Amino acid sequence: MSEQKSSTMQRLLLLIPMVLAFGLGLFLYQGLGKDPNKLESSLLGQQLPVFIGESLNAPIKAIATDDILGTPSLINVWATWCPTCKAEHAFLNQLVASEGVRIIGVNYHDQREPAQQWLAKLGDPYEFSIYDPKGQLGIELGVVGAPETYLVGADGIIVDKITGELNERTWAQLKPQYDELMAQAN
Amino acid sequence: MHTYLKALLTAITLVLSSGVMAAIETYQFATPEMAERFADLTVELRCPKCQNQNLSDSDSIISKDLRRQVKTMVDAGKSDDEIRTFMVQRYGDFILYDPPFKAQTLVLWLAPGVLVVIGLLVVVKVRRSKPAAPVALNEEEQAQLDELIKQKKENP
Repeated sequence: MSEQKSSTMQRLLLLIPMVLAFGLGLFLYQGLGKDPNKLESSLLGQQLPVFIGESLNAPIKAIATDDILGTPSLINVWATWCPTCKAEHAFLNQLVASEGVRIIGVNYHDQREPAQQWLAKLGDPYEFSIYDPKGQLGIELGVVGAPETYLVGADGIIVDKITGELNERTWAQLKPQYDELMAQAN
Repeated sequence: MHTYLKALLTAITLVLSSGVMAAIETYQFATPEMAERFADLTVELRCPKCQNQNLSDSDSIISKDLRRQVKTMVDAGKSDDEIRTFMVQRYGDFILYDPPFKAQTLVLWLAPGVLVVIGLLVVVKVRRSKPAAPVALNEEEQAQLDELIKQKKENP
């Protein structure tokens, strides 16, 4: 009887490595779908950094954090050297035209003339663009590369961030939060 | 085959090393101590755009910007911790090659230890469970065995 019992125990012990291997498999599997380029930003939930910059378009004037506050907005980091920015540009135009979303541009590591020409040619969805040729505002915002889009409340709290292209799919992530911010603001 | 492989490896190494060299600007520091802190920090901080390169190795725009930022902060007399905090606030723990111990990094820190302990337990277990000692034969069985051996010897 006791022999039988210990052999059952032995068999149960054999199950342990199996369970462990299965657990490890699950753990690794759920890691597979993760985008390694996606970083958690500690700025989410925080106030926009205080900065002073200049506008991309003439007349060139100083722009500060206060100019962004007051209305829920998207802050879109873009550059003429960035192919994905070109890909999302039409969608940005459409967002402004159809939903009246306020978008503010950060022209990141770019040159003024080509950037102005780009907006003249492809349309300008931005209420204004901040000219950031050295990426200094980019560092303050925690920008890793273009394009990136931040959703900011009227009070200047950064609510969410999309790394990469803004399109139907990624806008679907921001839209409910945007609608809520708009409802709060009104 | 061997020479071919060697040539290939040499070529790859050369290509990689030239990339590393290209990433380094020459920054001037007021004191050698500041230069050393800059060198240490840019090795310790990870490029947020790349998967496995530190700031000093990477050629990406963001790494260049962050090297400039580290330089500015070192010049401004900020401490190493202040610089680290500045980076983590913007880029998360990802930017640290030496992440802090907290709930989200628990698995990262504990998994190796747990795995070693499990491994040791298995080794101990396997070593202990020696094969059962051979059971002594009784007289009858011994006689049978002798008989069998004898037969085998006579009739190989």
